Amino acid sequence: MAYRTYLMVCAGTGCVANQSLAIKDKLIEEIRKQGLEDEVGVVTTGCNGFCAVGPLMVVQPDGIFYQLLKEADIPRLVQEHFLKGRPVKQLMYTPTNSKIPIPRMAQIPFFADQVPVVLRNRGIINPENIEEYIARGGYEALAKVLTSMTPEDVIQEIKSSGLRGRGGGGFPTGIKWEACRKMPGDVRYVVCNADEGDPGAFMDRSTIESDPHAVLEGMLIGAYAVGSSHGYVYIRNEYPIALERLKIALKAAQDAGLLGKNILGKGLDFDITIARGAGAFVCGESTALMASIEGRPGEPRAKYVHAVEKGLWDKPTCLNNVETWANVPQIIVHGAQWFNGIGTGDVSGDPWGGSKGTKVFSLSGKVNNTGLIEVPMGISLRKIIYDIGGGIKDGKKFKAVQTGGPSGGFIPESLLDLPVDYEELTKVGSMMGSGGMVVADENNCMVDMAKYFLAFTQTESCGKCVPCREGTKRMLDILEKITVGEGTEEDLVLLEELSSMVVESSLCALGGSAPNPVLTTLKYFREEYEAHVKDKKCPGHSCRKLIEYKIDPVACVEKGHGCHVCAKNCPDGAIVGETKQAHTIDLTKCGKCGICYDVCKFDAISVE
Amino acid sequence: MGTITISDLTRIREEARYKTAVRMGAGRVKMTVHMGTCGIAAGAREIIKAVMREIEVRHLSDVIVTNAGCAGECSQEPVMTMEVEGEPGSVRYAALTPEKVKKIFDSHVVKGEVVKEFVLIHRGAKTHS
Repeated sequence: MAYRTYLMVCAGTGCVANQSLAIKDKLIEEIRKQGLEDEVGVVTTGCNGFCAVGPLMVVQPDGIFYQLLKEADIPRLVQEHFLKGRPVKQLMYTPTNSKIPIPRMAQIPFFADQVPVVLRNRGIINPENIEEYIARGGYEALAKVLTSMTPEDVIQEIKSSGLRGRGGGGFPTGIKWEACRKMPGDVRYVVCNADEGDPGAFMDRSTIESDPHAVLEGMLIGAYAVGSSHGYVYIRNEYPIALERLKIALKAAQDAGLLGKNILGKGLDFDITIARGAGAFVCGESTALMASIEGRPGEPRAKYVHAVEKGLWDKPTCLNNVETWANVPQIIVHGAQWFNGIGTGDVSGDPWGGSKGTKVFSLSGKVNNTGLIEVPMGISLRKIIYDIGGGIKDGKKFKAVQTGGPSGGFIPESLLDLPVDYEELTKVGSMMGSGGMVVADENNCMVDMAKYFLAFTQTESCGKCVPCREGTKRMLDILEKITVGEGTEEDLVLLEELSSMVVESSLCALGGSAPNPVLTTLKYFREEYEAHVKDKKCPGHSCRKLIEYKIDPVACVEKGHGCHVCAKNCPDGAIVGETKQAHTIDLTKCGKCGICYDVCKFDAISVE
Repeated sequence: MGTITISDLTRIREEARYKTAVRMGAGRVKMTVHMGTCGIAAGAREIIKAVMREIEVRHLSDVIVTNAGCAGECSQEPVMTMEVEGEPGSVRYAALTPEKVKKIFDSHVVKGEVVKEFVLIHRGAKTHS
């Protein structure tokens, strides 16, 4: 007999790290104790996206959302809700600054504005069971393609849809496939870039953890379209759960004959090999990635000759990002017109004329609702940060949002109504990138943030070309000087010159975009650089050498009565004072950690 | 599982239609059996099991059932509220037994005819017929 109720327990990496599997086991145990094992089923699913409130669970068919679950909550939850029918309010989502819970997932603002296409199966299927993928219409697109479309029909459909590369390049996918198909020769390869190196980006990880078959089906359709019989998924080794789910999916597809020879009896031969990365960010760059698959060192090459002409082992290769592949089955099922209806612009004349479909973003930083979201192209940054993201944490003020990963630029408040669109983001000095979105507030130092991202790209530079290898190093040295109060006006001039030079003369996009954080912060937040250089002050109160913590003696005595809490918590032993007397900070010992500022309940401590 | 054919894809999808409907919260008919301590004492658990049995035996994939707390009609329990797509409002059936559940399925679920003798409240019904 089928279950009447399903408990969809999130088993994405974030929730698993927070013991969601132990919670699942406890649920099964308690359900059995209450005699409900024939009525209530428990399913582990991929990432639901609302990572800020995990471990989480959705109860269907009611659509009730439970968050921040602990093992200790489970016995009461099972008895109250699943036996007695009384949903437990304390475990529901309650927005910040509100006491009223929102029981239904569809009404929670984080989810309400999302449009899941790539992530349509998240939280609904067990990603390790191919039958559940098929139950939701999986492999229907492949069947349609193999029975009623020619490769040219498929390419035309993808072209008309306006799908553009989701890895960041935004290159029209249909044109890439068409070019690959037209190349001479019999051997072609199809590659999926699952290297996802941007810090803070986990769109691809989530897609593979929630719905690996969507990626495989996309690659199958692509292989048919371009005429390939072998493909590779290059996945970074730092994604163990995603890798595991991908391997399970691959084996299940092979066992079902959906990969291998004479697929679905229609004569298509195609199989996939998984290649694992070895920890280099640069291997997310397509030519470096292919070199890595071949067993050569991961270094990019000049792209006068594109991968579609000569890629893996010098054969025509069609390389696309995870998210691009995952869009393909949906475009085949619902049609190019449907995809066209979502997003911005017009691609009927110019393939770069618009940004169609949806985009998955990993929203992180100083917002209340951090996590993974999928939104239609054209949505404003303001809507993402305030409606979906729930606004800035702790009521602080928004300062900037970085889009596009470490090579993306910072966008200030004045541009928040910008629609998310490949061209619009590039126009202001940033980029779509693979979908990372990091929000900064008034307490972030823009110089420090630029330094942080440049430090990352500098370490990951493969070293092949001088502008990137040497240029980013010198830029980083200058930023270091500035953040410790030793920067000069000449440094700012040199920084700008170096940035342009690195952008213009680097061999690949790593170097070509590494200076973006610096360039955009210089453009929109120049006053912060000048404060560091001229006044030796850090407006974001972040750069330790430039800030000073001070205790207001009046507040300390009159409000706090010399409570001594700051001194007790100071890791440097830098605070002295007797109870009921004003405390002081010894600046020679102070490590500028800010703990005293955080623990003082009387606002007696300030930072300059 | 063995090699899959195109008709297998359709078959698997069809066989899983009910499971998919429940997971999506989508059903033409939504039945809510009221529990609570009073409901359970009156036999609501047998009613929800009876509903599940009817769904299975009749191979229905458009009827979903869930539980809820006490509806306040403690003396008339077990109670079940039923909503049907296309029918305004909802019907609350009371004093249920597994046999009455069967009749409700025969009459209301399959033929769209409300079983008036079992109705406690019919919200949205015309006041004169």
